[in-house]
Amino acid sequence: MGDEGQRTGPGRVAVAVLAALVLVFLIAPVVIILIVSFSAADYLRFPPPSLSLRWYQRFFGVAAWRQAIWVSTQVAVLTMVFATVFGFLASLALVRGRFRGKGAIYAFLLSPLIVPTIITAIGLYFFFVRLKATGSILAMALGHTVLALPVVVIIMAATLQGFDVRFEQAALSLGASRLTALRRVTLPLIMPGVLSAALFAFLTSFDELLIPLFLAGAEVQTLTVRVWNSLLLEVDPTIAAVSSFLIGVTTAVLGASALLRGRGDVSGT
Amino acid sequence: MTERSEARGYLLLLLPAILVLLALFVYPLLGIADRSVYKPRVGYTLDYYAQIWRVPVYLTVIWGTFQISALVTLFSLALGYPLAYLLATLRPRVAQLLMIVVILPFFTSIIVRTYAWMVLLGSNGVVNQYLMWLGLAEAPLKLLYNKGGVMIGMTYVLLPYMVLTVYSVMRGIDPAFIRAAHSLGASRWQAFRKVFLPLSLPGIAGGTLLVFILSLGFFITPALMGGPSDVMIAMLIEREVEYTLNWSFASALAVILLMLTLIGFVGYNRIVRLDRVFEARG
Repeated sequence: MGDEGQRTGPGRVAVAVLAALVLVFLIAPVVIILIVSFSAADYLRFPPPSLSLRWYQRFFGVAAWRQAIWVSTQVAVLTMVFATVFGFLASLALVRGRFRGKGAIYAFLLSPLIVPTIITAIGLYFFFVRLKATGSILAMALGHTVLALPVVVIIMAATLQGFDVRFEQAALSLGASRLTALRRVTLPLIMPGVLSAALFAFLTSFDELLIPLFLAGAEVQTLTVRVWNSLLLEVDPTIAAVSSFLIGVTTAVLGASALLRGRGDVSGT
Repeated sequence: MTERSEARGYLLLLLPAILVLLALFVYPLLGIADRSVYKPRVGYTLDYYAQIWRVPVYLTVIWGTFQISALVTLFSLALGYPLAYLLATLRPRVAQLLMIVVILPFFTSIIVRTYAWMVLLGSNGVVNQYLMWLGLAEAPLKLLYNKGGVMIGMTYVLLPYMVLTVYSVMRGIDPAFIRAAHSLGASRWQAFRKVFLPLSLPGIAGGTLLVFILSLGFFITPALMGGPSDVMIAMLIEREVEYTLNWSFASALAVILLMLTLIGFVGYNRIVRLDRVFEARG
């Protein structure tokens, strides 16, 4: 913003230094956890005296942890499917449709982002207890769909807004039916946005603790619930390996969505 | 297709999402509200709310939650504003690269981020190791399981919300205004103080409200990093549900928390649009 001649005043330097410190504050904990997860020591010293994979062996070698990865994956995949399908359809209506109350419906679809998750979680807990459905993968996935739906709607609405409808109109004028135009022209073009939304829906579920904390059973626990139970007892170094695994999943999702976004220019310009 | 049947078609597309939220979000919330005012064999009553009002411990927790939230919001603004300013005034390509540093923690599980700070602040933790190595402390300092620990952890988790909100507003400020100020003889500081800062006020207000209302409902970080006396409303709710099994009382607390959150959100929505913030992901 500032003009070129005055780029480096003392104020500017002070701001840059302060901002750099804040950037370090943001990234250092993540980097340190990644590094200490490879430590060979019994407790988490930084830098680690020597490196090993012992905490990863403890993580992937224990059946209960592997079971938790599997539960989390199932819940997250189901959440992804539900949230992406419902969210995609809703965004299509919100971006394309002209009807009254659109703003209110959009705000309603985003509202789970604002209500404290503890409240959503106990509400679902009371609800599923009455249905005797706690401890099931499906219940946890349905709960997470509530949280993932707004994420999908935001990403899909942005994608659809950027989509040049003339592509679809061209297909229609060439005699395609609405459904064919959607399936053969629009959907392939917005696919990067759909996939990106699906990935974030997956991540929303995979990372979330509170809903499975209330809905999980003794046998069926997600990764985050196992981390929670373990942290209530002690700061176990195995959790550094679990955390690094979760950071890896986040990084993979962010990386994939960045690649998709690079490919997903559908503005027709 | 007539306009009417088209509108009906679009409403049909909305139906699945709306039904999901009605069944799994609105209905459970109404269930909480109902439970908070209904006593078996007595009928509808405000007893549970009266209990919150009567018992000093509960008011102390609510007041403590406000205090922690206010301080966390203040810290987030103090750290977040300069960073957002730097990002907004750098060349977009560089800013995008640095934005990764804000985005990666933002999308990392809250429990992972909390654990990271437990490792850093514990009595055998990384920070204490360095303090003692540097000779700044003789014995390990108590940095965890107290209010300071909660504050550090919560500020860390919420800072990206502040940065993204403020940044989304700052990006919309036309650089021509600043150039105009300079050409009229304003110094850098004057141009910032008189032009940029006022124009960025919606970002400050929006970020402050968002971080504050998210703080009010925080659970994971204070539960893991706080001491026995650092109880926040959300922790009280969890305890009543899981251990005390007083679901009605928990529901009354949840209704109060929800009301406070909604009041804050109405204000927020007037200033910044929530989806814009999430789109600023970079």
